[in-house]
Amino acid sequence: MMKATSFLTSLLFLLSLNTAQGAPGWKALTNDEVHDPTSPAIGILQEPATALALLPSDTSGNRVSWIRALRERYIQPRTNIYPETEIKVLDMDIIMELTGEMPLVRFPHKPHTEWLDCDNCHDKIFIEKVGANPVNMFAILAGEYCGRCHGAVAFPLTECNRCHSVDRATFTGQPGAQPEKKVSELIN
Amino acid sequence: MGKDGYIQRKKSIRCRQFIFYLTLLAGFSSFNVLAEYGDVVLNRNAELNDMRPVVFPHWFHRIRFRCKVCHHELGFEMRAGSNDINMGDIIDGKFCGMCHNGETAWSVDNCDLCHSGKPGLKTGIHGSNETSGPGRW
Repeated sequence: MMKATSFLTSLLFLLSLNTAQGAPGWKALTNDEVHDPTSPAIGILQEPATALALLPSDTSGNRVSWIRALRERYIQPRTNIYPETEIKVLDMDIIMELTGEMPLVRFPHKPHTEWLDCDNCHDKIFIEKVGANPVNMFAILAGEYCGRCHGAVAFPLTECNRCHSVDRATFTGQPGAQPEKKVSELIN
Repeated sequence: MGKDGYIQRKKSIRCRQFIFYLTLLAGFSSFNVLAEYGDVVLNRNAELNDMRPVVFPHWFHRIRFRCKVCHHELGFEMRAGSNDINMGDIIDGKFCGMCHNGETAWSVDNCDLCHSGKPGLKTGIHGSNETSGPGRW
């Protein structure tokens, strides 16, 4: 009996590993529960898997590492339409310390400003002053602050350690705004 | 405890073990959840005017444009449902009409390509924290 049980256990374990490492489940437009399968657009619109399978993969969200896709030039999305628009990229981290027992949060401006303009967040979502924003996970989970994008179009809120990434015990610097680094490479 | 009781207890342990492994399997399988697209459905005006709801796929557009192009230059607020977009504006070259003009992208006479959503869908972001993600649980 024990043999049968352990056999069953290992089988289930292997099965689960197999499932966990399976190909990303990019739903086809006909069964994404958003598009009308009878719409004439089906067959004309690009299928997500066709485009996304070519990009560096991630383990959550829409299974694409958009940061790597941009930095490693898999994609070169336009920065502006109007020629006079100023492209601003800031390489400055914010360390947030009011994180309870979780590791400190490091907010890197660089990957955010590579995609977004300053005025997308300041001052609409975040007041441009350290300590002025009562950010907390309840608000984030309800779609405020970081939750405006994270969980919708950026990596989801189940990826705790991507933000809570600074060990409290070994962090010796000052929380808040860190020294600004020169943007060595402006990606265009 | 009699022999019958012992066997019954063994059986119930096996049963619990089976349920445990089944749960484990289900847990692992959930790591393979389907990708979430963050598609925005626009249906403030569409179905009132006998058109399918509009589906805006973020993934398609961000391959070609950074967020800042639409959310900074074109003035789209970063909250599904907070942009009052109508066809008049689009034809005038505002919002989607900045590119969907037959030059950068298909023009507005390709109604069905944007108006491709399932009838009855509500305006909002689909496949995201508003639906199956941890938010709003």
